[in-house]
Amino acid sequence: MTTRHWLEFEKPVEDVYRKIDELAGSSADGSYRHGEEIQKLEKKAEHLLKEIYSKLTPWQITMVARHAERPYTLDYIKNIFDGFIELHGDRRFKDDPAIAGGIARLDGIPVVALGHQKGRNTKEKIRRNFGMPNPEGYRKALRLMELAERFSMPLFTFIDTPGAYPGVGAEERGQSEAIAYNLLRMSELKIPVVATVIGEGGSGGALAIGVADRVLMLEYSTYSVISPEGCAAILWKDGAKADIAAKSLKINAPELLRLGVANTIIKEPIGGAHREPETVYKDMKTALVATLKDLSAMPVDKLVEQRYQRFRSIGAFYDKGA
Amino acid sequence: MIWFKKDILANGEDVKSVRVPLGLWIKCEDCGDIIYKKDAEKNFDVCPKCGHHFRVSARVRLSMTMDDGVFKEHDADIEPVDALEFKDLKKYKDRIRSSQKDADIKDALISCDGHINGHRASVAAFDFSFMGGSMGSVVGEKITRAVERAIRLKCAVIIFSASGGARMQEGILSLMQMAKTSAALARLKSAGLPYISVLTDPTMGGVTASFAMLGDVIVAEPKALIGFAGPRVIAETIRQKLPEGFQRSEYLLEHGMVDMIVERKMMKDTLGNLLAMLSRGKR
Ligand SMILES: [Zn+2]
Repeated sequence: MTTRHWLEFEKPVEDVYRKIDELAGSSADGSYRHGEEIQKLEKKAEHLLKEIYSKLTPWQITMVARHAERPYTLDYIKNIFDGFIELHGDRRFKDDPAIAGGIARLDGIPVVALGHQKGRNTKEKIRRNFGMPNPEGYRKALRLMELAERFSMPLFTFIDTPGAYPGVGAEERGQSEAIAYNLLRMSELKIPVVATVIGEGGSGGALAIGVADRVLMLEYSTYSVISPEGCAAILWKDGAKADIAAKSLKINAPELLRLGVANTIIKEPIGGAHREPETVYKDMKTALVATLKDLSAMPVDKLVEQRYQRFRSIGAFYDKGA
Repeated sequence: MIWFKKDILANGEDVKSVRVPLGLWIKCEDCGDIIYKKDAEKNFDVCPKCGHHFRVSARVRLSMTMDDGVFKEHDADIEPVDALEFKDLKKYKDRIRSSQKDADIKDALISCDGHINGHRASVAAFDFSFMGGSMGSVVGEKITRAVERAIRLKCAVIIFSASGGARMQEGILSLMQMAKTSAALARLKSAGLPYISVLTDPTMGGVTASFAMLGDVIVAEPKALIGFAGPRVIAETIRQKLPEGFQRSEYLLEHGMVDMIVERKMMKDTLGNLLAMLSRGKR
C-alpha cells in the first residue's frame, strides 16, 4: 500500500508512514518492541488514505493519473495479453518510442495492442519523449491498425499522453495530418476497436488512437481537450489556476461517462493503480475480455455503423429547426 | 487544441490580419498603409498595396465564392449551449451571447449549398470573429451535416477554415467533434465524392488535426498561419527560435503539406476548375 512518490495531498499518510519507519528503525528489534503501535499506525494510515481518496478533486485525480509509478501501456500489455511481439516503425521516417504496440493474444485470441508509452526513469522518459508522439508515432499506430484490419484481429489501444508533441519537426512532418488521418481511418476499421484511457488522455494526441467502439477509463484517469494548466494559462491567464480549470473542463471518468464519451469505468485500488497493479491487470483483463465478447457478437457492418453513430451523436446544441 | 484569442495572438507577428476600423478607412497591419475601405472590398478584402489577405467573415466568404453570391444556408438555427456550465473569467453563456451580438452570427460557421462556376457543392466557411473560429458542438454538427448532405446530393464538399482550434469551453465535447467530422469525411470518401479544404489565416489545433488536413486537395491562402500547436507553445517547448516563415502557407507547401497557394481573387475559379475535374463521374 505504500509508495516512494507521495503526492502533495497524500502528505498526512506519508507522515504516518514516516513515524512507522522511525519506530521500526529506533532499535534493532524496533518492529518487535513497537509492534502494537506500528499496527495501530498502519491502520490509521490506511484509514487516512481511504478518507482522502473518497473525496479527490479533479486536479488531484490529474496528479494520480500522472503518477510516476503508475502502470504504463507496456505494463498492461505484458500483464494482460500473452505472447506479445512488439512491432516497430512507420516505414516512412523512423520508429517513435512514444507509441508502442504489436501483436499478442487476449484469452487465446490474436489481437493488436498499442498505446502511448511513457518512460520510467530519466533516460527512458527522454527516449519516450514523455509519451508525446511525433507524426511517425501516429503513422506507426496506423500501420498496426491496418495490419489488424487486414488479418481480422481486434484492436486494443491504451491512451496515456500529455498530448501530441509540439515541435518544429512534428509540424514539418505533418502532425495534424497524421492525427486527422487516424481519426478518419479508425472510424471505418472493419474490426472491433476498444480504447482504454489508463492515465492522461491529452487532447488530439490521445483521440488519434481513441476512435473506438467502446471507451474504457480507469477510475483515476483523465481525458480532456486541453491540459488544465494550458487551459488556465489561456482562459484564466494564470497557469496556477489549473485546479479550477480541471474542475471546469470535466475531465474525470464519471463526467465522461455522463457525456457519452466513455462507456465503462474500471475501479482502481484506493491510492491508485500503482499501489496494487496486479489487481488492476486482473480487473482490466476481465473488462477487456467481456467487451470483446460483446463486440464480436455483432456483424462487422453493424459494428462500424454503431461506431459512426456513437461519435455522430456526441455534442450539445440547441436546434430550433429540429 | 488551443484556440487563440486576438490578444494571445497579439504579441508578435501573428496578428497581421486584424483590421483596424477607422470608419471609411482601414489600416493594413502588414504594410501599415491606410487604405480606402471600398478599395479593399473591391479587391476581395486584399490590401491593394501589399497583397495582404485580410480576414473575411463567413458570409462575405460565401458570397464571393458562390455563383452570383447566391447560396442556400442550412442549419442556421443551431445554437450553442453551455453543457458543462463553464465559467472562466467570464461565463461561457455570456461569451456566447456577446459573440452572437458582435459577430452577428449564431456560432463560428455558416454552411450552405449552391454552385461554384456551375458546379454544385456543399460549402462551409468559418467566422474567426466568433470566439476565434473555435470548434464546439455546433461547428462539428454543422460540418458533419454539410458532409452528409453532400453524400445525399452527390456533390463535393468545400470547407474554408479559419480557426484557433477546439473550443475549450465545451471541453471533451469539442474534442469529439474532430472524430465526428473526420468519420463523416470517411463516408464521403467511400461515396467517391471530392472534398477540397481551403486553409485561411489562421487554421490551428483541432481543426487542422481533423477535417482541415483531410482534403483530397488542400488549398491555402497566401501567408496563412497553419499548424497543430501554436507557435508560442512550440517556442516555449523547444526553447529555440522558430525557423523563418514557420507554419505559414509557403512553409507548408515546401514541406508537402498543402497542394497549392491561391490568391483570393483566383480562389473561385480555382475551386471551379478543381470541381469540374474531380466531379466528372458524378454529375
Ligand atoms: Zn498592406
